[in-house]
Amino acid sequence: MLDTLKEKMHKGALIDRKEALFLLEQADLLTVGNLADALRRQKHPHGRVTFVVDRNVNYTNVCQSQCRFCAFYRDADAADAYLLNEQTILAKVAELVERGGTQLLMQGGLHPELKVDWFEELFRRIKARFPQVQIHSLSPAEVVHTAKLSGLSMPECLRRLQAAGLDSVPGGGAEVLVDDVRQEISPNKIGWRDWAEVMEQAHSLGMRTTATMMFGSKERPEDIVEHLFRVREIQQRTDGFTAFIPWTFQPDNTELGGETATGVEYLKVLALARLVLDNIDNIQASWVTQGAMMAQVALFFGANDLGGTMLEENVVAAAGCSFRMSQEEVIEIARDAGFIPAKRNTQYEILEEY
Amino acid sequence: MTELFNSIRSKIESGARISDAEALSLFESNDLLAIGELAALANTRLNGDRVYFNTNRHINYTNICVNRCTFCAFSKGVEDEGCYTLALNDILEKCAEAVASGATEIHMVGGLHPELPFDFYLEMLAAIRADNPALHVKAFTAVEIDYFSSLTGQTAAEVIRELKQAGLGSMPGGGAEIFRQEVRVKICPEKISGERWLEVIETVHREGLKTNATMLFGHLEAYSDRIDHLAKLRELQDSTRGFQAFIPLAFQPDNTRVPGATGVGGVDALKTLAISRLYLDNFRHIKAYWVMLGLKIAQVALAFGVNDLDGTVVEEKIGHDAGADSPQALAKSQLCGMIRKAGKLPVERDTLYNELKTY
Repeated sequence: MLDTLKEKMHKGALIDRKEALFLLEQADLLTVGNLADALRRQKHPHGRVTFVVDRNVNYTNVCQSQCRFCAFYRDADAADAYLLNEQTILAKVAELVERGGTQLLMQGGLHPELKVDWFEELFRRIKARFPQVQIHSLSPAEVVHTAKLSGLSMPECLRRLQAAGLDSVPGGGAEVLVDDVRQEISPNKIGWRDWAEVMEQAHSLGMRTTATMMFGSKERPEDIVEHLFRVREIQQRTDGFTAFIPWTFQPDNTELGGETATGVEYLKVLALARLVLDNIDNIQASWVTQGAMMAQVALFFGANDLGGTMLEENVVAAAGCSFRMSQEEVIEIARDAGFIPAKRNTQYEILEEY
Repeated sequence: MTELFNSIRSKIESGARISDAEALSLFESNDLLAIGELAALANTRLNGDRVYFNTNRHINYTNICVNRCTFCAFSKGVEDEGCYTLALNDILEKCAEAVASGATEIHMVGGLHPELPFDFYLEMLAAIRADNPALHVKAFTAVEIDYFSSLTGQTAAEVIRELKQAGLGSMPGGGAEIFRQEVRVKICPEKISGERWLEVIETVHREGLKTNATMLFGHLEAYSDRIDHLAKLRELQDSTRGFQAFIPLAFQPDNTRVPGATGVGGVDALKTLAISRLYLDNFRHIKAYWVMLGLKIAQVALAFGVNDLDGTVVEEKIGHDAGADSPQALAKSQLCGMIRKAGKLPVERDTLYNELKTY
């Protein structure tokens, strides 16, 4: 099977679900890595490895979804529940701008009281004071939740958010895009079709988005493959995804607990994502969940992007994983691996090479 | 580059050696996966799918050390806060715990203590062996042997004979760092020279004890220093056949005093392990020490020529004092899971690489 598969890929043909599952389950790590590396070099022949200077602002940890893999959420009446006020959020954005950042990744829990006007007001303020900042915020679950709370249709809600300043939508909350898995790990969260609809709607409004996958919890290899193909099929219709970002479940302090994916499993899934998602240009390595050493190695397993420098990150840190990286470190790991480090914006336009 | 890789491939297949110049080209290459494939080929020819680990426990009997190596965050002076020396009873208790939890090996190294007499070490070995006759004691680096020799005025050979008599089973490979003196003066000025390390280890081998060999990399050394280090090990191994495993140790920079050193990248770590596999054709085992590399890189290394993951360790101090963020201990089931998920066969071994159980 491997030889026919290699030949097929060499000719630029797409692999199917069965072949993808074979690569994930049967092929050895370097075989999958080599295929992914070849495709990455073909798509990015200049040898750049990109990153964005960004900041996560988690505006609230109050969340009605209460996913079993999450260590970040709180009940509204918990002692350490919080909702950031506008002043605090603007101060955080100001800090991002001072440090040369371009992307604001604002995500939070599904708060029972925040309606669309709260976000509209906030986005307008941010855009008025910091027109250069790209608001890359609110995952599909938040969009659907906000629409429902506000008595709006999802498309109407998205249109209003866009008019207020939302530039693009991050791909979080995808977890595994198979409802059987979602029932087990995030029973109160939107199903995979809702996630896909928000993304397609955003794309049709001219907003680019990313797509993620959180694996290493309860899914089977077949579910990982299904997830990748569902993302590929959306991309075939819309061409709106800028990047795909696989990362691993972090078990500490979560209801699910237990083990997560190993280093070998991470690299294999990453490489497979590059191979299946040949219609998405950028594949991100996740230093936040894997650490700097693995992120550097990931550049040889299909990844061409190191994501954000994240001046602030709270969600993964709550689950016991607290890797930090400065812009200098990001540049260094790309350069030491033989690539040209480049700062990009949210749309993957190159701002500066190093 | 393709030519180099092809030439190395045919050397592996015909059992020929790679040269220093080829090793340097590999270090300078960024073709990580091609280097990994070659190393995997070389390893498969030697070890098939088998990946070894053991059930062991580390005991660091003292952190008081007369040396002040700049890369070390573990050593303390006699008057320093946080300095300690374990009493014999504490050591025996730790050994009993280890045996109770299934350990077959104690890995014991410590600082060069200014006051402990040589008899302390002999009594310690004898007491451990008396309590736990089946337990293998792998202890002391060449640096400690040299120190005992100057403490007692005996030759290294005499010291080793007495230790062996008292129950020493084999020796780890620490203290090698980087052999070149130009590097040693910057990172471990008081430590024995590279030549002396090799001389002591040669004596140990001649006295009938096996050892490992290490290399501390990723601080101030150049690629050529690493190759010089590997060359000296390969040469000594040709002569004594006393080395079991080679263990490249990734330098951990926290709390140390090596100016400008930032730690080892994942690519460099894997390349160094892979090139070690290719260069040291007379070493059967290349070990990825998960304490220094982290579990993820150590597991990935199994695709880059590595066939040994060390052991359960239990109480590691030296790497962790320097900022290693790996766990303190691993369960046997975790080690087996990591190995299996890398597509390999987990094999529990004893210190001398006798196979105890396949999982």
